Amino acid sequence: MLGYDSFLASKAIRQHPILSFLMALAIALGIGTFMTIMTISYSIGKNPLPQKNDFLYRVQLDAGNPDRQSNDPRSRPDQLTYTDATALMRSTAAWRQTAMFGVQGVVRPVREALHPFEVSGRAVYSDFFEMFDAPFKYGGTWSTSSDENGEQVVVLSSSTNDRLFGDQNSVGEHISLNDELYRIVGVLDKWDLVPRIYDLSFSPPEETFLPFSTAVELEFRRVGSTNCWQPSPPGRDGFLASECVWIQFWAELEDSSKRDTYLSFLDSYAMEQKQFGRFQRPLNNAIHTIDEWIDYSREEDGGLTIFAIIALLFFIVCLINTVGLLLAKFLSRTRELAIHRALGASRRALFWRFLVEAGCIGFAGGLLGLAFTWLGLVGIRVLLRGQDGALHLTQLDPLLTAVTILLGIVASILTALYPAWRGSRDTPGVLLKGL
Amino acid sequence: MLEMRNVSKRYRTSTVETRALAELNLSVEEGEFVAIVGPSGSGKTTFLNVAGLLESFDGGSYDLDGEDVSQLNDKQRSQVRNQKIGFIFQNFNLIPDLNIFDNVDIPLRYQRVPSWKRSELVESALDTVGLKGRMKHLPGQLSGGQQQRVAIARALVGSPRLLLADEPTGNLDSNTANGVFDLLLELHNAGSTILMVTHEESMASHASRSVQIRDGILRAN
Repeated sequence: MLGYDSFLASKAIRQHPILSFLMALAIALGIGTFMTIMTISYSIGKNPLPQKNDFLYRVQLDAGNPDRQSNDPRSRPDQLTYTDATALMRSTAAWRQTAMFGVQGVVRPVREALHPFEVSGRAVYSDFFEMFDAPFKYGGTWSTSSDENGEQVVVLSSSTNDRLFGDQNSVGEHISLNDELYRIVGVLDKWDLVPRIYDLSFSPPEETFLPFSTAVELEFRRVGSTNCWQPSPPGRDGFLASECVWIQFWAELEDSSKRDTYLSFLDSYAMEQKQFGRFQRPLNNAIHTIDEWIDYSREEDGGLTIFAIIALLFFIVCLINTVGLLLAKFLSRTRELAIHRALGASRRALFWRFLVEAGCIGFAGGLLGLAFTWLGLVGIRVLLRGQDGALHLTQLDPLLTAVTILLGIVASILTALYPAWRGSRDTPGVLLKGL
Repeated sequence: MLEMRNVSKRYRTSTVETRALAELNLSVEEGEFVAIVGPSGSGKTTFLNVAGLLESFDGGSYDLDGEDVSQLNDKQRSQVRNQKIGFIFQNFNLIPDLNIFDNVDIPLRYQRVPSWKRSELVESALDTVGLKGRMKHLPGQLSGGQQQRVAIARALVGSPRLLLADEPTGNLDSNTANGVFDLLLELHNAGSTILMVTHEESMASHASRSVQIRDGILRAN
């Protein structure tokens, strides 16, 4: 009967085109608003490295201010001190690990035709590239001895290599970075790591990567937040020995079964530090998978949740309007219904026919809602113009497209349940008497 | 074919109870053409709705084609209506946005007859009423008499055991009415069992038997 129900539904929709359009429009407006917000929320929460989720962990150590104790486990700092980051790097508890921080530098091109330009950079350890699945076009990462000795080596992004060497293999060449010469050991291929999971930024991965120890030694300009709960002693060494947190730390374990072991190691480290008068708060260390880290960081920003709730409420209001319109539409067809009932249609058959009709309207509403979602995302893209990740945040992928259309169908069928029940329960004899 | 014993029907509102049918007894044999005659408000249409299982009744028993239909649920009643009863209404009751073919096709859809067979049956039914050439027309493009013929074709198409006609000529001028009534007589002569309600004695006189209805009570003539 689905074919016949669809045939009659299309007739009924064409019979009341304005009413049908209004219903599809109401559903579409609700879906458009809701899906615009949900698309952004989905994009923010999307894990770009799902295959690494059970292995990669963001590390948090609670070396916070002992005078500001809190029962909230989230009171622990997101970043680590230099003392702790380098201590963890010296351990072998993790399979791979890297401490890191963002830097900024100036490149002086070898080619005279080019002017000096600023580049973004990241100070990392050699494991970084394998940990985050960074693809190499030429060469590879530097050696562990480069990490230990603070060697002046660098990995370039594909675009930086293009700019400086015109897509040639530049491995073995040198570049001048902050007036020091660095040997190029690797060139990355195109790398779409969005969001940039290691610091939860929506910028593309940096243009240069250099050893952590080199960046510290040569005092690269740091990019990113620094939080200190007590004044830092003067000078570079004073800062490095301070309780200021400014370093992100990631560990890769062989598998998720090692998680508890690694956390125990962190707690043991903290207990050891307590003996030196540090880590004076109760133990509150943590490690997070990529998914957990995204969720953890999103909880700190409740703005999007409020928008999502408002959009959901608006969607519900649109659906309530649709219920009224559907009720009016179905009840206006008592004559037709009574004829079908007289000729053999059961209540259940009419009920399903109404749902099929609502589903057709919902499908149209879903398609229209998709157009509204696209318009909403274009509008937000215009508002965010020039900001990092604007394009990524406002992209409608195939999954969301399917969800939008499905949402239209499901929402319309749900809203049609009462009108369909109400429209199919009258006794045909009573209806036919008035005809 | 049809056996009603002590069938009664009341309509109730919060303040008023109205007796529509009282202790009604009627027996119709296969191949009979029975006319139920009565003035407006006598209970004719209520009787026809009960006989056609369009409305339930409060008391008594009703056997149709050898089956007790008193206790059937909605789905079963719908199946009996679809397979055993053909309706002809005073106002034709065609669906205006379906063409003639699709209107006549409706009972077959609920019988789940395959597509090729439906086409054959619909064309044959329209041929019987002389409207095979108007299959693609909408009801609004036909005269009243033609519309009633389409309604008769729709009533016939599923080969029902009983035809129920509610004032089938009530909305037609006398010439057209005679044509439609002649068609009913032809069907009767071909073996159809017909139960017709009417307020016109002249129409009833052509039936094989007529029964008077007054205040919901049947009296044989």
